[in-house]
Amino acid sequence: MIDRVASGFHPFVIPFVAGMVFVLGYCFIGIFRILLQLPAEDRKRFFISLVTPKTILKNIRDIFCDCLFHVKLWKRNRLLGYMHSSIAFGWFMLIVLGHIEVILFLPHRIRLFYYPIFFNFFVAEADSTIQGSLLFFLMDFFLLIILSGIALAMYKRIRSRIFGMRRTARPSLMNRIGLYSLWAIFPLRLLAESFTAHISGGSFLTIPANWVFRQFLGNDLNLLPTWWAYSIVLDVFMVVLPFSRYMHIPAEMMLIPLRNAGIRVRNARKGFAKVQVLSCPNCGVCIDACPMSVDKANIKDCTVYLTRQLRRKNERRIEEISDKCLLCGKCEAVCQVGVEGPALRIQLRSERKYALSPDYSCIPDPPPAESAGEGKVLYYAGCMSRLVPSVGRSVESVFRKAGIAYEWIDRDGGVCCGRPMYLAGRLEEAEAIVRKNEAQILGYGVGTLVVSCPICYKMFKEKYDLPGIRIVHYIDYMQELLDAGRLKASRSDLCYVYHDPCELGRGMGIYEEPRRLLGRIAAITESPKNRNESICCGGSLGSLTLSFAKREKMTRAALENLYDGKADAIATACPLCLATFSRYADRPVRDIAEIVDAQTVGTITKTEAI
Amino acid sequence: MTDFGFKLSKSSAVELDKVDTTLFERLCEASPDARICMNCGSCGATCTAGPYSGMSLRKVLLGLQRGQDVRPLLSGCMLCGKCTMVCPRGINTRNLILNLCRIYD
Repeated sequence: MIDRVASGFHPFVIPFVAGMVFVLGYCFIGIFRILLQLPAEDRKRFFISLVTPKTILKNIRDIFCDCLFHVKLWKRNRLLGYMHSSIAFGWFMLIVLGHIEVILFLPHRIRLFYYPIFFNFFVAEADSTIQGSLLFFLMDFFLLIILSGIALAMYKRIRSRIFGMRRTARPSLMNRIGLYSLWAIFPLRLLAESFTAHISGGSFLTIPANWVFRQFLGNDLNLLPTWWAYSIVLDVFMVVLPFSRYMHIPAEMMLIPLRNAGIRVRNARKGFAKVQVLSCPNCGVCIDACPMSVDKANIKDCTVYLTRQLRRKNERRIEEISDKCLLCGKCEAVCQVGVEGPALRIQLRSERKYALSPDYSCIPDPPPAESAGEGKVLYYAGCMSRLVPSVGRSVESVFRKAGIAYEWIDRDGGVCCGRPMYLAGRLEEAEAIVRKNEAQILGYGVGTLVVSCPICYKMFKEKYDLPGIRIVHYIDYMQELLDAGRLKASRSDLCYVYHDPCELGRGMGIYEEPRRLLGRIAAITESPKNRNESICCGGSLGSLTLSFAKREKMTRAALENLYDGKADAIATACPLCLATFSRYADRPVRDIAEIVDAQTVGTITKTEAI
Repeated sequence: MTDFGFKLSKSSAVELDKVDTTLFERLCEASPDARICMNCGSCGATCTAGPYSGMSLRKVLLGLQRGQDVRPLLSGCMLCGKCTMVCPRGINTRNLILNLCRIYD
């Protein structure tokens, strides 16, 4: 392989170089701005994570797995995974191999960064080496892989169903330009390399193509136009990239280290949130996942459109989208890059100004802490117990049977856990409720707090400061009572299908425990969409603007998913899901606490009980 | 005055002609639902804040239509949403309360 162009330059590289300089400059300034926007403490944390060996390894692994191999997409749908990883990994390999070619054969040209891209134009075949032909073979091989990916991508625009996607996001104008230029890059590269193959050499793809072309194109006049076209299309793609969804390619490489550094969304417009918004590839996986999109309704309120409107700064739509969402977290669970739709929305809601703020001084302070509570259990049923009192009664009955000394803090009404206020984006007001409630709970001086509502549970676990108190959901507590032999269980004849409540499953990552507890006392089956893909019951307090009439369809769709299979009844572990499902279900809906209560007897005699 | 063991309470008569209902009208613009309330009181019966601040959305809406100051009631609201779940008219009460908090001056 020898240098063919003595100056090492040809004007056709100018569009590519201009595009590359533009996109690199844009990304560089973007990184700088985002780092400046991060709160000082987050920035420090990020820099520390960049020099911590453990996070460095994790970053490298995540970037390779997510950005190049698209492992999450492979898990979702193999064809979709192949399509993305073939283009991403194939392109990456073309760039890497191009550099290796330059280093091996023209080391004095390595400073010219367009050389690896247009290598075939600048070289002439001399005494070809084995290494050279292997590299050419690999280049053609990866080009073929990419072309197969592009063909799949074209087919996906006609029929997305075979890729496991019913609905995809409608591409905006910029996205279309980016898409078509991306599609054009690789066929043009094949053409350009094929036309040059008799000069530069090639492999199984380019040499036969060159031979075919030379049968009817006897001269080299078409050589330069194809290289120009290739360079111009690359330029178009790179110029459009920052304004289209393809920004997710560089943004995701920033998102992964930021996330691994443990940074959270604190402002919906700046810093980490900005990186998330730019990382959204507009794939539209969240549209199928969204419980609101039943019957093609509310499609434009899914997270993919939130990120789009945030980029366009369309305030009216941003408010509409952020207020409507149920905050069930499913879009986040299925998102391939990890855009935190619910967290973004809560932050957007928190930007609203309210003229009237609540004042909780009307809630009386509790009497000073008494030490008599030690060893006792405090039960917090949550305000849903007012609508479904059976849950609280069942938990109490189980406590009695097991001989547990307990206090029921909100038997006659109590303070809300603060999560509904938090979800509404009124963070300071939620904080005020939390502080009030903390004082009430600490007043009992107990060591364990049992909670029956997953919404409260998440709030207690994440936002409360209750030193010395173990916060536990009744699922775990009842499991412990059974393990300790304080309760004896008999099996129910009914077969239950378990519905994962959003806040317990996706919210707290508790999927197995309820199944284990329920499995001890009854037969269970699984619904098609379960665990982190379970469908929100539609009753969520996350939504501010959805009326109950509009939620009915969502509840019915969630129930349809649960009816699938041979279950006689539906079991859940959330009083809100219980209340919502009971309204429309054609079969009994039970809280696990109720089932446990019905299927267990106490094993200890009255005298043993404390 | 002699203590008779009972007293006359202040007149609670409302002169609707003189009442300033601009706030209620503004609320209705933001949440047209406010007009379909039939004052059944389900919201008040299930209200978490009720025992503390006397909150009841029924009272708030009535108070607004009578031009009264409902801030003391409203200030206890924790947005827990029980009223939304029980409202027989399907009023999105949480949104209504948020809108009211937004426009209150």
